[in-house]
Amino acid sequence: MSLLNGITYGLLLFMLSSGLTLIFSMMGILNFAHASFYMLGAYFAYQISTWIGFWPGLLVAPLMVGVVGAAVERYGLRRAHRFGHVAELLFTFGLAFLVEEIVHLIWGKVAVDYRIPVELDGTLFTLFDTSFPIYKGFMMLISVGMLVALYMLLTRTRIGLIIQAALTKPDMVEALGHNVPRIFMLVFGGGTALAGLAGVIGGNAFVTEPGMAAAVGSIVFVVVVVGGLGSLGGAFVASLLIGCIQTFSIALTISITDVFAVIGVTLPEGSQVARLTITQLAPVLPYLLMVGILIFRPRGLMGARES
Amino acid sequence: MNSHVSDAVFRRGRLLLWGGFLALAFALPLAFKSGFLVSLLCQIGIMVVFALSYNMLLGQTGLLSFGHAVYYGMGAFITMHMLNIIGKDGSPLTTALLPLVGGLAGMLAGVVLGYVTTKKAGTTFAMISLGIGELVAACALMFPGFFGGEGGVSGNRVVGKGDLLGFTWGPQVEMYGLIVAWAFLATVAMFALTQTPLGRMANAVRDNPERAEFVGYDTQRVRYLMLILSGFFAGVAGSLTAINYEIVTSETLNAHTSGVVLLMTFVGGIGFFYGPIIGAILITVMQIVVGGMTHAWLLYFGLFFLFMVLMAPGGIASVIAIQRNLWMAGLFGRMVPHYLAVALPVLVLLAGLVGLIEMSYALLAGEGVGAGDTATKVMKMELHLNTPGPWLAAVGVTAVGMALTRWIGGRTRAAWNAALSTLHGDKA
Repeated sequence: MSLLNGITYGLLLFMLSSGLTLIFSMMGILNFAHASFYMLGAYFAYQISTWIGFWPGLLVAPLMVGVVGAAVERYGLRRAHRFGHVAELLFTFGLAFLVEEIVHLIWGKVAVDYRIPVELDGTLFTLFDTSFPIYKGFMMLISVGMLVALYMLLTRTRIGLIIQAALTKPDMVEALGHNVPRIFMLVFGGGTALAGLAGVIGGNAFVTEPGMAAAVGSIVFVVVVVGGLGSLGGAFVASLLIGCIQTFSIALTISITDVFAVIGVTLPEGSQVARLTITQLAPVLPYLLMVGILIFRPRGLMGARES
Repeated sequence: MNSHVSDAVFRRGRLLLWGGFLALAFALPLAFKSGFLVSLLCQIGIMVVFALSYNMLLGQTGLLSFGHAVYYGMGAFITMHMLNIIGKDGSPLTTALLPLVGGLAGMLAGVVLGYVTTKKAGTTFAMISLGIGELVAACALMFPGFFGGEGGVSGNRVVGKGDLLGFTWGPQVEMYGLIVAWAFLATVAMFALTQTPLGRMANAVRDNPERAEFVGYDTQRVRYLMLILSGFFAGVAGSLTAINYEIVTSETLNAHTSGVVLLMTFVGGIGFFYGPIIGAILITVMQIVVGGMTHAWLLYFGLFFLFMVLMAPGGIASVIAIQRNLWMAGLFGRMVPHYLAVALPVLVLLAGLVGLIEMSYALLAGEGVGAGDTATKVMKMELHLNTPGPWLAAVGVTAVGMALTRWIGGRTRAAWNAALSTLHGDKA
């Protein structure tokens, strides 16, 4: 059961990290505002769901986020690009800051009531006395569908081929007569639209609040580093891995002392470390994993290149 | 330290500048005798040290860190615990020396964490520093014994028998003296560092790591050393915060603090030693003055930062440096009318934007208690936000400002480019 939950969460993470990875490997931009687009997706969907319902929002909200993303690329990043990578990074960093403030302004500082649609509210099946909600199944369906579509788009279509070519040899692609800046804009818009879609289906499964971008943002970065910068496959494996680690560790209530007792070591009673449970460790585990990966395999699980 | 270094630090002009700064720092609170000013200056002094320590990484070594608050926070927490220990058993340390302890704590954190983070430069470093920052911030909530949980750790800076000179550091003015002394020492030390071989190598590693390796330097080692030293000064700054406010919460080492120091340093200008000082002063003053006037302060701050990134990526210091060059070349006078001409439409544009933002805030976020107030007071004018009048006016002012700025701004830019090309033409 935890496995299923973990996979659901992992797939959601992959929706975010795939966009981030695509943008990074293509433009060399680490988009700090990526999770902000995830948040925008959730809020747009909430707003649309209060007006015309959830289903139109599922389609419209990611598109809106994509348009916002493309505009940001066209009018902001392209300008910052002239000043180098640090300026680009800082631009997205400032953008994340700004988006959070604007969300505060429009939707307030507390969580909004963004709910799962009634049609999807219920139990899909029951396994070992725990029920699996329909909505989780729906999330998996959307994520997998999106994944397959993305794969097909990148490998089977003309535009996908051009994008792949532009990833490695942008000058050559430009020389062949393709408008590379426009491809960049499309990729950025597409990547942010994916993040928006993740927000639409993740916002009501978890909680839609101004802090959600910061909460997810750093985890997505961990995913990208662990998977290897610029590797889609690595991002996929790392997303599932971290999704599962997080869900499993939340479910476990044994303490560090118990863990060490299994291997025959008794920790001194009463120390703070010994009393920590795995659940309490849960927020730290992804970062520990990242540090471990960086020490032992600096290019990440499937990263092709150093740095 | 070789004679070249002492030459550069203690050249006569520099000496005057340093002395002038010190005198000004001491004269300000004496001249105005205002409690508000003293606490503002205290905050500025701390932030100057913090921003300068950050620029040792970003400006000098080219390392964009998103987790600098870790070293600051470690310095603060260790200082607080030391303060409490001194209070309990009266150890020989005095409050005045605690920033040294905080600095060492920051340094130690740098030794441990820097080993992992400085393996890579560039984007990878940025991400790893972010991850490490989050890791430490998450740990802070897990160990309430050391980090004090939600409430933080507090203490009392008046401990022991007082110092050699009889200061107890209790009154804010004495505290301010302590901060100025430490900030001055730290600033001189950091400036001296830029003149040492290590400081120069850091620049080389920033500009051309490959070449630096060919010359025979280990770039990873240079980055590691710079991070450790930067951790020391960040620790000093953290320590001063702890002593100044007598409370440290886990907020001091989270991502927000790291973000603020990055913004300050960048806005001030990372290419110049004095850039972060300008940034720290400006942002702290804005934070307290503008923050006291409007709820939308963070929004303005974000917009201002994006504007700087897009328009003046060298920060305020670079803008000043260009003006100085123009002045030296006798071209400054030519630009003054253009600056004045463009200032007016920019002010109109700003007024329109501020009006729009403030009215939106009043309507949506709620000024104080009455969320969704439809009537608000902006500049003592009673505005009815449920009527289209004020909105149309604000949009109109913004549009006029924008059009005028485009029009006159274009001419200013042309004059500016002409002046710059004359300037560079003179040089060549």
